[in-house]
Amino acid sequence: MSHHDHYDHDHTEPPSDIELRVKALESLLVEKGLVDPEALDAVIDLYEDKIGPSNGKRVVAHAWADEEFKQWLLDDPNAAIASMGYVGSQGEQVRVVENTDDVHNLVVCTLCSCYPWPLLGLPPVWYKSAPYRAQAVADPRGVMRQFGSEIPEGKEVRVWDSTSEMRYLVLPQRPAGTEGWNEEQLYDLVTRNSMVGVEEARSPATVGAA
Amino acid sequence: MNGVHDMGGMQSFGPVRPEPESEEPVFHAEWESRVYGMSRLLGRLGLWNLDKSRYNREQLPPAEYLANSYYENWFAGLRKQLVATGLVSEEELQTYRASAPVPDGIMERVVNAEQVRAVPIMTTSYVRPASAPPRFAPGDRVRALNRHPRGHTREPRYVRGHVGTVREHYGSQLYPDLSAEGVDEGHHLYSVRFDASELWGESANANSVVYVDLWEDYLEPAR
Repeated sequence: MSHHDHYDHDHTEPPSDIELRVKALESLLVEKGLVDPEALDAVIDLYEDKIGPSNGKRVVAHAWADEEFKQWLLDDPNAAIASMGYVGSQGEQVRVVENTDDVHNLVVCTLCSCYPWPLLGLPPVWYKSAPYRAQAVADPRGVMRQFGSEIPEGKEVRVWDSTSEMRYLVLPQRPAGTEGWNEEQLYDLVTRNSMVGVEEARSPATVGAA
Repeated sequence: MNGVHDMGGMQSFGPVRPEPESEEPVFHAEWESRVYGMSRLLGRLGLWNLDKSRYNREQLPPAEYLANSYYENWFAGLRKQLVATGLVSEEELQTYRASAPVPDGIMERVVNAEQVRAVPIMTTSYVRPASAPPRFAPGDRVRALNRHPRGHTREPRYVRGHVGTVREHYGSQLYPDLSAEGVDEGHHLYSVRFDASELWGESANANSVVYVDLWEDYLEPAR
């Protein structure tokens, strides 16, 4: 389902109370000159169509393909990410945490919904939900199991609770069997969920033969 | 404040129910996108900040906070903020007809579409000068203080009283507890590592740690 389908209301249903109240407030704010309708459309367009997980996927694919960039990304994430142009609100101060053979990282915001917008877009509903916020710090392995990910006990699980204005991006492990793949091919293996840490990157088998 | 927003470690919410990544829309209804957009634009007027917005949502009655969807909470927080700052009067919120003047100095700050597209305008700096050198350094053992402030704080309940190790000093950054009250001050911020067993005892996951960003005001030296 494309996201625009959600706007095609069934017109036999009356609009909900919240729809009416939001519309009424918007009209009031526009009438008072406090909200510029063009600016409002521009903000929504930015986060609905332009700023999303594809930014983070490009960063990860680039890091997988270029060892020097990967080191830069880990040592000076803000400069490395800025070099690709992904600056913006809620991405002013980023730390990149790397998954390895010994470590798996998982990101949460137990207090609200902090998330690196310029790299991943706005957070999915589950990330903002009570079950995730409650369980991720206390039972990260159990949370990952709900996403179908089993992290071996020998691997240390590191949970990052975003309680400040630092934002965390997980650098997933480059999947085995991708030797010789170029950046574009690698891009298809990166998922949003793998950059939050609830899943690993996709295996090469899921995208067909190399 | 010890509110329901501080959810780390709570156990009664049931399973996480993720929508498949490839199928989840950015907004699930048009009104959500309007609430998001209005909140972003009005935030740029400079009458409140991120911490104040968070504190507004935290102060919603607990049953309401939990029953509301995410953007319903944003909407509730925004309405409260509009009235508190005089941008909209109580009467206007009832009638949705403009009847009160906009406070002086606001109209020239209204954000236009060009400004939205100029990315630097939409960013915020959280770095502030420090009034004293940092008290802690990487490797130091620290205890999260057993504090229960009535106001806004970013020290989650589940770390209070527990001992961890400083991983990184993030410099001096806007201190949220005061920022929510309109006081703009930088305090030292640290990334602190806690063993899961220190936080959760026998219920802890094996081989697991939690990193929490904590301001110096939340910490004391430990052994």
